[in-house]
Amino acid sequence: MIPAVIVFAYLALVLYIGIFAFRQKAGSAEEYFLAGRSLGPAVFLLSLFGTNMTAFTILGSAGHAFANGIVTFALMASASAFVIPLTLFFIGTRMWALGKRHGFMTPVQMFRDRWECGHIGTAIFAVQAALLVPYIIIGVMGGGTALRGISGGVIPYWLGGAIVALVVMSYVFFGGMRGTAFVNTFQTVLFLSFGAVALIVISRGMGGFSAAMESLLASPATAPLLSRERISPWYYFSYTFIPLSTIAFPHIAIFCLTARRLGQFKRTVIFYPVCLLAIWLPCVFLGVAANSLREVPKIEQKLEARAALAALPPSAPAADRAALRRQAAGDDVVLVMLETFAPLWLAGILGAGIMAAVMASDSQILALSTMFTEDVFAFYGGKERFGEGVQVQTGRIFVVLLTVVAYTIALRAPQGIFDLAVQYAFSGYSALSPLLVAALFWKRSTKWGALAVTLWVAFAVIYTSQVPGALAWGGLLPVVPMTLISCALMIVVSLITPPPSSATVGRYM
Amino acid sequence: MNRLLLATAIVALYLLHQDFWFWSEARPLVFGVLPVGLAYHALYCLAVTGLMWALTRMAWPSHLEAAAPDRTRGPAR
Repeated sequence: MIPAVIVFAYLALVLYIGIFAFRQKAGSAEEYFLAGRSLGPAVFLLSLFGTNMTAFTILGSAGHAFANGIVTFALMASASAFVIPLTLFFIGTRMWALGKRHGFMTPVQMFRDRWECGHIGTAIFAVQAALLVPYIIIGVMGGGTALRGISGGVIPYWLGGAIVALVVMSYVFFGGMRGTAFVNTFQTVLFLSFGAVALIVISRGMGGFSAAMESLLASPATAPLLSRERISPWYYFSYTFIPLSTIAFPHIAIFCLTARRLGQFKRTVIFYPVCLLAIWLPCVFLGVAANSLREVPKIEQKLEARAALAALPPSAPAADRAALRRQAAGDDVVLVMLETFAPLWLAGILGAGIMAAVMASDSQILALSTMFTEDVFAFYGGKERFGEGVQVQTGRIFVVLLTVVAYTIALRAPQGIFDLAVQYAFSGYSALSPLLVAALFWKRSTKWGALAVTLWVAFAVIYTSQVPGALAWGGLLPVVPMTLISCALMIVVSLITPPPSSATVGRYM
Repeated sequence: MNRLLLATAIVALYLLHQDFWFWSEARPLVFGVLPVGLAYHALYCLAVTGLMWALTRMAWPSHLEAAAPDRTRGPAR
């Protein structure tokens, strides 16, 4: 129970920071939803990085590396280390400037103004919102699973999920963007230190990693985990398209509007790859190293399930296959390693680090609330009729409703569905990124091009999720054709439809 | 000239991510523990940091700040 007590103390501290520590008078929508566009450089860097790290970062990355080996780092971390800072440099800075100049609070507001459209903006909002909801549900599920694991099963899944959802909802409700940003900053510091501390503690417990690596290399079953021989180059290449999704995520795009000065992007752009390295390298390495711990019963069971899965004939029932997959899944290997090698009090502190990564749904809840109040409530006359105070209260009510709906779904639906939905959402957001590039850099782009891209993305996400292997052309992941077809549609449809007025284009180029 | 150099560096770093030369190799183990493919990508992240530093030094879009009025009051937090 000691780890659980430490984690509860951590949750209380998070609540305090989010609600009280940096509270300001939140009268205006800009203050509540964007922290008054006044975040400083350190908070901007750490909070933006933390906002983009989810439960997957610590638990999922180690689990993926446990099953697939070191390729996890190149697929997900170093590709992101290259693409994300570039998108912040080229797109984030421009969105920030337009937000300051024209008062935009969401990407859809910018699209509506840039392409002189109304309802097409609503269509973009609908697709963005639909792709974001699975993340929020996964966040609640991650909270329930992590709290159950850290308490050794004393806190059941439903209660763990409820506690995490309540804490997140409270500081988003009261603290808005400022509270969320400061909580994210605190959490990022915590989980950045998590990797190094976990690595040192587990290394001591295992008597160093050299023997573990040599034993993995000595076995034909595990040696491929230390290279990329099992991965096709086209699959590997495809993964460089996935980080394009980051700047198209509404919570990241909206966060770009919170910086006080343009200069605050500088440190973020420079240090983002180092932050990724600091958190992903230890997690991936530990995930791979866990394969050598056959003497740990929970890990041995996973390895046996993996071997049984590999030996299963193709005609085996799908239920058997799914059950073995669940047993072989390595999402909790870091927790198991900490349980085995870390003293109880340290396991508690490291558990708090895991909770910090799991509780990433805050910014997504706030982003969806911002989008709803700005892109729907305000756009369709609510702000004019009821005033800005009611708009902020509507945003808060939306936060509560969204959390309750996400929690209810998280209790009833199997997690696998939402894990998959999140994978499709990544491809969907990557394929939406041409909207931002066209709006900011191409004079001739039109609202009809934007509509074609939006409809294509909605269709492609549904199609690829329903038809196995759809759009996986020539061994590529669907994200590549989805993004390239988006680009082609934007170009072709824009060229055959009338452009916005030169006065509007002139304000952007 | 600077811009051309930076554009070349961006393309080069993207190509360097597709490191087929360490595809099937685990050895040597760097520092006795890190498979060479993993060590390469850790170093790659540091190289990207260098590129980002160069971008912010040589191609920073400061004109964007000049065109954006400061709508906030008080110190940054």
